[in-house]
Order: sequence, then C-alpha cells, then structure tokens
Amino acid sequence: MIANFGYGALIITFLVSLYGVGAAYYGMRQNKPAWVDSARNGMLLTFPLLSLSALSIVVLLVTDHYEVEYVASVTSRSMPMYLKITALWGGQAGSLVFWSWLMSAFASAVTLRKWDRDREFLPWVIVVSLTTLAFFLALNIFVENPFTRLWQFPSGQVVEKMFQPAGSSLFYPRDGQGLNPLLRHPGMIIHPPMLYLGFVSFVIPYAFAVAALVTGRTDDRWIRLTRRWTLWAWMFLSLGLVLGGRWAYDVLGWGGYWGWDPVEIAAFMPWLTGTAFLHSVMIQEKRGMLKQWNMVLVILTYSLVIFGTFLTRSGVLSSVHAFAQSAVGPLFFGFIGLTFVTSLSLLLHRWNDLKAKAEMTSMLSREALFLLNNLLFIGILVVCFWGVIFPLISELFTGQKVTVGPPFYERANGPLMAGLLLLMAIAPLSAWGHSTIKTLGRAVWKPAVVAIVAVLAVIAAGIVNPYALIGIFLTALVIAVTLYEYWRGALARGKRHGESFFVALWELVKRNRRRYGGYIIHLSMAMLAIGIIGIEIFQSETQGTLSQGESLTLGEYTMSYQSLAVFDAPDGRNVARAVVSVNKNGKPVGELYPRRDFFYDSQQPMTIPGVRSTIEDDFYVLLVDWEEISTNSATFKVYHNPLVKWMWMGSWVFIFGTLIAAWPEADTDPVPARNRKRASVPAKA
Amino acid sequence: MMRYSRLTMVNLLSIMRLVFLMAVFFALLVPGAALAQDTDPDAPTDDEVNAIAREMYCPVCENVPLDVCGTQACAQWRALIREKLNEGWSEAEIKAYFVDQYGARVLAEPPRQGLNWLVYVVPPIAFLAGAYILYRGLQSWRQIEPVAVADEPPQQGEDILPDDYVARLEEELRRSQQ
Repeated sequence: MIANFGYGALIITFLVSLYGVGAAYYGMRQNKPAWVDSARNGMLLTFPLLSLSALSIVVLLVTDHYEVEYVASVTSRSMPMYLKITALWGGQAGSLVFWSWLMSAFASAVTLRKWDRDREFLPWVIVVSLTTLAFFLALNIFVENPFTRLWQFPSGQVVEKMFQPAGSSLFYPRDGQGLNPLLRHPGMIIHPPMLYLGFVSFVIPYAFAVAALVTGRTDDRWIRLTRRWTLWAWMFLSLGLVLGGRWAYDVLGWGGYWGWDPVEIAAFMPWLTGTAFLHSVMIQEKRGMLKQWNMVLVILTYSLVIFGTFLTRSGVLSSVHAFAQSAVGPLFFGFIGLTFVTSLSLLLHRWNDLKAKAEMTSMLSREALFLLNNLLFIGILVVCFWGVIFPLISELFTGQKVTVGPPFYERANGPLMAGLLLLMAIAPLSAWGHSTIKTLGRAVWKPAVVAIVAVLAVIAAGIVNPYALIGIFLTALVIAVTLYEYWRGALARGKRHGESFFVALWELVKRNRRRYGGYIIHLSMAMLAIGIIGIEIFQSETQGTLSQGESLTLGEYTMSYQSLAVFDAPDGRNVARAVVSVNKNGKPVGELYPRRDFFYDSQQPMTIPGVRSTIEDDFYVLLVDWEEISTNSATFKVYHNPLVKWMWMGSWVFIFGTLIAAWPEADTDPVPARNRKRASVPAKA
Repeated sequence: MMRYSRLTMVNLLSIMRLVFLMAVFFALLVPGAALAQDTDPDAPTDDEVNAIAREMYCPVCENVPLDVCGTQACAQWRALIREKLNEGWSEAEIKAYFVDQYGARVLAEPPRQGLNWLVYVVPPIAFLAGAYILYRGLQSWRQIEPVAVADEPPQQGEDILPDDYVARLEEELRRSQQ
C-alpha cells in the first residue's frame, strides 16, 4: 500500500516534469505566457510530490517492511531509528530518490523568486531543471525502483517485482541485511546530503546559463542572478567533501582523510570547476571579459556533477564506495553526452555574442592572475579526470587493469596546489585593470617579511624538509596578505570617513561581503593547507604486537596496552574494544579505546580508531589484531598526524566565510532599460 | 643501519634461530603469546612489511592500500611479504613477484611502460598546452591596447599609498554595489 503510493507519487512527478518541459517550450515558442506559468506551477509541484515519495520510503524503512527489497537490503531490526531514516540514502535506489527530492526542492525554490525582470529566462530554466529531474526520476522508475517488492512462488522461488506476478504471494523476510557498516556513522548522516545538495544546486546556475545562451541575453545578468546560488552550491559541495574526509578519518581506519579514491575525485572535480567559475565570473562582472570561458566552466561543472553521480552510481569504477554500484551506467553516459554536446553547440552558436568588451592590459592585473588560477584549477581537473579514466582506457586497449593511486595524484597535483596558494597570496593585492611588478611589490613586501619570519621560526624549530618549508612559506603568506588586506582596508576607510578601526572594519565588510567573506574563505583554505602539510609531510606510523602492559613508542608518544574486552552490543555488533594508556614525553595524557566492530547481519568488520586530538597533533591508534579468547596480546597500528585538527577547524572558518559572502541582500542590479518601466509600475491586483 | 660480516651474520642468524625456536616453544606453552612475532629480532618488523604494503593494492579490495586493508586475504598477502622479506628478498623483487602473479594492478601506479606512459605524459602536456593558450591570449589582448600600462600613477612614495589605495577600494566597492 505505502509502496504503491510512493511509486505512484514518483510516476506522477515524472509526468509533471515531462509536462513542465513541454508546456514551457510550447508557451515560449507560441508566446503564450499562460503555458509557461502552468509549467512553473508544475515545477513548484514536484517538491511536494517527491516529498511524499521520499516520505513513503522513510515510513517503509522505519516500520521494517522487509517485503520491500530496498528496505531489506539497507536496514535490519537491530538498527537504531536514526540509521533507518538515513538508510534513505544508504543504497542505490533510495539515494537516487533523495537526489531527485533535493533537486525538486531547488527547482521549486527557483520558481518562487521574482521573475518580473527576467521573464525570458523562465521557460528555459524550467526546461533544463525539469529535464534533469525527469532523467533522474526515469532512472528510479524504470531501472532502480526503491519500491520493488519480493514475491514468492509456491515453488519457493523469490523474485523482485513492483507488482504481484500471477500465482505468487508477498515474501516477508524475517530480517533485513542491514546497512553497510561503513555507513553507520554520524558523519554519514550529513555527508551525502551535503554532497548531493552541492551537486543539485549547481544545476540552477547551469539552467540560467543555458537560458542566457538560448535567449541571446548574454550580458552579465545570468551571472548576477546565479552568483549566490553558485556560492551556496559551492559551500554545500565543499562541506560534503570535508565531511567525507572527516568520516574517512574516523571510520575507514587508514589514518588519513583522503585516499584519491575515484568516488572522492568524482565529487572533487565539479568543486574544481565550480571554484574556478566563482573566481572567473568576477572578471566578467568587473571587466566584461571571459564570457565564453564562464559558459564553458558552468557547462563543465554541470556535466561533472552528473558524471560524479554517474561514477558513484554506475559501478563503472570499483572503489571503496562499491556499495553504490548498479547497471544505470549507459543511461548516465547517454545523458551526460547529450547535455554536454547540446550545451557546447549552444555555446558555439552564441560564440560571437560573447566576445569580450574590455581588453587585458597587464600580465599582473587581477584578471590575469585569476586566469592563471583558472589554469591551475583546470590543470588539477585534468590530472584527476585522466587518473580516474585511465584504468578504463588501459583495460579497453590492452586488457590490463592498472591502479592509479595516491602517489600519482600527489606528485602531479602538489605543485599545482602550491601554485594556487601563491596566487591566493598575490591576487588580492593586485588591481583590476593594471598592476605592475612595482605596485605589486610595494603591496606584498610586508606580508612577505612576515612569511619569511614564519619560515625562519620553523627552521629554528628544526624542520628542514624543503617541501614543508615551501608549503609553510606560502601558507603564511596567504594568511599575512589576507589579514593585511583587512588591516589596510579598514585603516584607509577609517582615515577617509573618520571612523575608528573597528567601525571601519565592520563597514568595510558590510559593504562588500563577497570580497571580505571570500578573504575569510582564503584564511580557511590556509588552515586546511596547514593540516594537509602536517599530515602529508610529517605523518609517521608504526605497528607492533604487544602483551598486556607492554608499550609502543612513536615520537614523543608511548602507548601501553592495558586490556581488551570482546562483547556483543545490542545493535547486532560484536565489539572488540582495547584500552590503551597514552603518555606524551613521559606524562600520562589519557586513555584511548580503539576497537573492531563486526556486524553480524552484513558479516563485515569495521575498524574504529582511538584518537587523541589536539591543535598540535593527533595520536591515532588502530586495533589490528588480537589474541582470541585470552586477549593477552594484541597488534596495534599507531599514527602520529601533526596539525590535522587545523583541517577541521578550517572547515568552520570556511562555513563562516561562505555565509558572509553568500548571505542574501537586496538585488542591486540596475534595472535593464527595456524593463524599467514595467518594473517600476506596481502590478495590478 | 649496522652491517655485519658474513661470518658473524651466519653465527648471529643461527643464534637468532635458536632463540626464535625457543620463543616458539615457550609461546606454545604460554597461551596468548603466539602473536608475538617480534621475538626474533632479525625477523622483518611490521613496519618493514607495511612500508611495502602501503604501495600495493590487492585485486579484490580495490582502492584500499594493502597496509590498512582489514580483510583476511590482505592479511595473508602481508604475511607473504613478511615471508619474502625473511628470505632476503628486496622490495623490488617482492613487488615484481606480486605483479607476476596478479598483474600490474597490484602497484599503486601503472609501471612506466607501453601505453601506461600516457598516464604520465598527458596531464603535463595538457597543462603546457593550456599555459601556452593562456599566454597567447594574454599577449593578443595586450597588443590591442599596448599603452594602457602608462595609466599607472607615478610612484609618489609610501605616504601617498593609503589614499591611492582607498580611492581604488572605494571605486571597487562602488562598482560592486551597482
């Protein structure tokens, strides 16, 4: 009953989406605004409809309806309520519904904005949004149906069908298989939603870009309309990535946060083009340049969003995220190909309309440096894309499977990322239009002195690794330059307006939130860089088998094996939990409890580290093995991860900065001349 | 690392073996000590095994490095690495052995041969091509308006900077407010 209801809601949403696409197109071609309004109402309707469908899945999940195949595959009776709810995105079919549901939320939200001034964009925004939505719904309806039930024939054979095959009856398994243990973690509650929010919200800027291309209204309006969408999308995507890293650090038990896994890269690639886009749109706004390039970036970002979902969902690449594999690959591939080719054709059609208004005047101007930033982001993208697809190419042409792992990505991307840090330090000091070595040098020398002092201090502390010193210099330079920008901005404003420093600072940030919010994001990136330098360059590890009372030393830390208990937890786990005491420089600093959980329902183990985390370093202990029954001895792997906490602190600063930059404010765009009259006349009731 | 002469090494090894056998004997007597492989000081340490395993991947648990993979199969691979190290094999020999047995996918990076070169050369070539295109683009944009840099205000010493800066700042703020 509930399953039929949910499935019905999916089908109706699909039909409404198709209707919306058709009505918007027809209304626009025939110049009949009523049809476009009808399509707009349809788009608004998709959100409540899909909410019903998603809610149906949640009800089935929490009420143990194991006759529904999806419910049986991702939940079990022993799972707590919150995990049963989050199992909505714990498997293939459910997560696609979840994707569509978020997409419909954004599509509905965009219909609610005031369209008076951008009426010509509306039909095309509807067409693009609803086409994307219809594609994902079609996947759910025809390939990955979350409402499929299990039916048993008298012969005992069980089949998965949506509707009852003749001669069969519903099959009720006694229990489900349970959620993949890797997903039973608080981080998993928010990591996929954030990532998906980031993915789907990038559809909106793309929809506006396509609308601008089709209608020929290729001024900056589409960029001004979507810049906040883009920032929000970017924030969600970034948070999704950081939370994924945090989850890996806490759950996957490899001592790191990022393993250059194809699915991680799949989420990272749209972030790269999205970040490049965020920077290069500023060139278009300030200087009227790079219009074509911005279109390329937004099209690439949309395609990479779909490609990212495709990589996760198609099973084309096997990875630690292998739980997300299925046979939807060819459909995704077709959809990406179709949208990419169509978008590029539209872009070529408008190529000449998008010619730059202004000219580049200096190699050191801010726009030139932003272009360099774009080159580096795209460079990293090429490395990532090529690394992800090369194993497929190799298998296709030589039949040989190869692994492209972390050493490749780190070697190739390291210098590019260092280049980005350098630009992050220099570009804020350069001026739009023109900058010379002299003006730039005049601005940069004070922060550079601070950065050099920081490096000397680090050398005095005994660190001589050249990569670390370069990284520390660049990071210090970014921090110094950013703080210096606040400082001299507030001083200059205070001097001109007779305001005190703090009032001037407040006014400065208030009057250009995007700029100064952006600088806070730069600071957060520097904090992330500190964490990355710490763990990538200075991580150390050791492993040893200890009898009770014996200890293992790593750097300043010593851990002693105290005891180990093996017991069954009420939620269907067998837990082996060790107690180790930790000393730093001979002083006790507490106990850690690394453990190994074994999930009976899915027959999978999971290694949960014991971590002592400080601003200086993390001491990270894994329980690798132990002597059964007697527990007299156990094997531990320990990592010393310097500075890694800076990454997580940087994430909070990052959220703060993005909120400042993206917080809504009144639409300050000048009203286009042809619309001015209409916009200024109050609408008649 | 300390080096021993061959004779001393042999003697040392035989003593070690004796110690190891005794340790195994006592380990069998004392329940719970069977995990303590480190009783033979010459046996490869876990860290030595992990140093090699870190750069390898088993074909089943793709994208999980061998040193941290928790499956039984990977534990057996690590045991095999330990065995080979114990027999005096070098890291390269051990890796070559696994490549022979299971194919190049066990390595963290494709071996530099044949088609695999593409994975290493395509990104730098693409980057250089991008850099060249960007350079040419900047050049052609500059040629259109070659005198623009002359707009640069003359340097008037450090004191004038804040006003110069504030004018620019105000201008940018004004423009962003539009």
